[in-house]
Amino acid sequence: MVLDRPEVTVSEKPPRAPLSGSRKPRRTMRPTAVRLGLMAVPLAFFGVFFAYPVAAIVSRGLREDGRWQLGRIGDVLGDPATLHVLWFTTWQALASTALTLALALPGAYVFARFDFPGKRLLRAVVTVPFVLPTVVVGAAFLALVGRGGLLDELWGVRLDTTVWAILLAHVFFNYAVVVRTVGGLWAQLDPRQEEAARVLGAGRFAAWRRVTLPALAPAVAAAALMVFLFTFTSFGVVQILGGPRYSTLEVEIYQQTAQLLDLPTAAVLTLVQFVAVAVLLVVHGRTVRRRESALRLVDAARTARRPRGAAQWTLLGSVLAVVALLVLLPLAVLVLRSFDGPDGYGLAFYRALASAGDNGGTFVVAPLEAIGNSLGYALAATGIAVVVGGLAAAALTRRGSRLTRGFDALLMLPLGTSAVTVGFGFLITLDEPPLDLRTSWILVPLAQALVGVPFVVRTMLPVLRAVDARLREAAAVLGASPLRAWREVDLPMVARALGIAAGFAFAVSLGEFGATVFIARPDSPTLPVAVARLLGRPGELNYGQAMALSTILMLVCAAALLVLERVRTDRSGEF
Amino acid sequence: MSLLRLDGVTVRFGTRAVLDAVDLEVAEHETVCVLGPSGSGKSTLLRVVAGLQPVDAGRVLLSGGDQTGVPTHRREVGLMFQDHQLFPQRDVGGNVAFGLRMRGTGRAETERRVTELLDLVGLPGAQRRSVAALSGGEQQRVALARALAPRPRLLMLDEPLGQLDRSLRERLVVELRELFGRLGTTVLAVTHDQGEAFALADRVVVMRDGRIAQVGTPLEVWQRPASEFVARFLGFDNVVPATVAGERADTAWGEVPVPPDTPEGECKLLVRPGGVRLVPVAEGLACEVTGRTFRGDHVLVLLRPADGPELEASCGLRAAPEPGERVGVAFDAHDVVALRD
Repeated sequence: MVLDRPEVTVSEKPPRAPLSGSRKPRRTMRPTAVRLGLMAVPLAFFGVFFAYPVAAIVSRGLREDGRWQLGRIGDVLGDPATLHVLWFTTWQALASTALTLALALPGAYVFARFDFPGKRLLRAVVTVPFVLPTVVVGAAFLALVGRGGLLDELWGVRLDTTVWAILLAHVFFNYAVVVRTVGGLWAQLDPRQEEAARVLGAGRFAAWRRVTLPALAPAVAAAALMVFLFTFTSFGVVQILGGPRYSTLEVEIYQQTAQLLDLPTAAVLTLVQFVAVAVLLVVHGRTVRRRESALRLVDAARTARRPRGAAQWTLLGSVLAVVALLVLLPLAVLVLRSFDGPDGYGLAFYRALASAGDNGGTFVVAPLEAIGNSLGYALAATGIAVVVGGLAAAALTRRGSRLTRGFDALLMLPLGTSAVTVGFGFLITLDEPPLDLRTSWILVPLAQALVGVPFVVRTMLPVLRAVDARLREAAAVLGASPLRAWREVDLPMVARALGIAAGFAFAVSLGEFGATVFIARPDSPTLPVAVARLLGRPGELNYGQAMALSTILMLVCAAALLVLERVRTDRSGEF
Repeated sequence: MSLLRLDGVTVRFGTRAVLDAVDLEVAEHETVCVLGPSGSGKSTLLRVVAGLQPVDAGRVLLSGGDQTGVPTHRREVGLMFQDHQLFPQRDVGGNVAFGLRMRGTGRAETERRVTELLDLVGLPGAQRRSVAALSGGEQQRVALARALAPRPRLLMLDEPLGQLDRSLRERLVVELRELFGRLGTTVLAVTHDQGEAFALADRVVVMRDGRIAQVGTPLEVWQRPASEFVARFLGFDNVVPATVAGERADTAWGEVPVPPDTPEGECKLLVRPGGVRLVPVAEGLACEVTGRTFRGDHVLVLLRPADGPELEASCGLRAAPEPGERVGVAFDAHDVVALRD
């Protein structure tokens, strides 16, 4: 894999993606050559800004005096503390995934098959947590179940010292993944398939179990794997809610790197996480490929109807209750706390954000400036992600070969690789000519684009693949050259998806924390970094300001998402 | 000089030859229908001519020019896809105008031509309609107008009427034939429906497994199917092995009269159902009636003789015997055809 690159040291030129394929297109190999050409830019991007920094930091941790100290891997892995972290990381991810599925699958069914007023709005609302920065999620749950939180005030209940806070925050965060992935497919399954089974003598449940469930199973598996991946690599949530007792691999990597300066341990942990994520992605890739098998899909608008009978109304009611308690309540508490100042409700915290002085040296600049920084960085990151991800998706449109599947998996890796490692890797690799970007503002958007690209690819790919090749042929017969046919046929059809992809990239860039926290300069923090810094300081003013800033961040993300929901089509991706 | 010529065109998918050394010519202003069961390579033939399918061997010539290496968009042919493939994001006018825009036709001229073509296909004033809102027959007409708009030198139709209901299909076949005659369009169409092919074509090409099984006018093919495959594909099932001697042939059905010019020796004989006459049991081949199929203006009677394959006889509505009855059968030499293989 990318890490087997012992010769890469900090001073060397970054590895470049092979370009030969695009330079010498042989006549018979033309489609392949075009594809390689399209892949060149994403490959170069990932080589320089992902593989190289990660490889560099791992090799720095594991090399000494020019020799590999592989014994360290054994040392670190044998350490009970490491095993404890690994064990906790795995079981909390499993528990979070199980809990998310249990709570979100009924939701997926309700959103897929029931028609009720306010459904579109509610679907947008449950998606808000997914694009929320993890730091804000942590802050929201702290306000709900933490010390002095809502539950504490009402009943004296505190969950922030238990693992429940983490699990609930993970469900909050990933509810939308299940509802969208599973519900999206469920809504498009032809109900007549089940009717056919009923006519052939299957009971209501047997028909569901034998017809719908098998069709749905790969989507459920894909969603579960995605949730597992996100919770396995969880950073911001655990960093804020875990306290000293609970830490995931990602948090441990952060602490080893940033606080204990123990690079060898961090390098080994990075490798462990990398291997685990790679395995997960391979399994996910297989599952998704099976999901693309021939299913009869119909227009989602035709399958939903109003609930009938007491049982269906009860189901709808309980799903709405779960959404209200789990999704709306934390968000509401967060907003409430941001207004709950020392002198009663008011804008005191928001006003404090406007000046640097009141923060006891937490900031060089007024926290409010973080809004401008974040928007600027996120816009640039979106631009990069759309170009890189768009080219990658175009290269992957024609499915099939092993090469493209490997490329597909490679694009997903940054989602699961330790963002902390990437951020720190940026610092130690991109500081020398020709890539001396240490003082450049572009460093932050580059790191953020890394997590944006997978979303762009996942959103664009299904739409690009859904364009019927024969429409292009029809255009060609009518006299359109291949480029013209692409412009006239493909582009209008994917324009909307491109907008949606850009919106997602924007939202995740806005919320990126793990890498940004390393590379954002002290005088230009982003919103999540500012929130984390405020939360890390004692005092009610800092806490209140963190809530206020989180509320602002949430509103920006929600606004981006609502715009997306307006232009969204049914077949526009997995997220 | 023929407008289209195929010289030994071969296309292989893996090891299977979908087109196997096909030679074909289409003259200017001629309508040729390729007829064959699904999987016989008809659609691939059209894709080869359009340049959408590379050939493994052979050449395609349009107006005498070798098309090897000429990309689809420079071949100036029209192709109407089986499922139309109208551009969903464009309205009717935008679809019809597409080919003209690709050729850089001016705006005023394009508009005039779109209006003219929509009038021609019977959808006047439909320019602003969404293609999603059209019925199957209307989509058909828009697809036709779109294909005709750039005045292609050759118009190709892939199962042009396949998805339409019967009455609409029969009406459109007549309209299409009249239209192509009026415009002088050269047409190469493929279909699996013999009725459609015979009604539309000047010449019919029957294909089997990537090869051409027979070429001829609709009347020739109908009257003299060249082989058992063609005969059975056209729906004739009264086929029996025979030994011809003079104007008589010896078969499992007994002696069958054959037309005077029939070659001597072993062959297979086809007796069209119209040539199977029902007579009293004593006067012909004794058969039992096993079934009847109502065919509108006549009844197809299924007969089982004591020996040899089953027979079908066409007879009038009132004269048809009941299943279980025993009848005699005699043959008319007019409706007997010797098949080559």
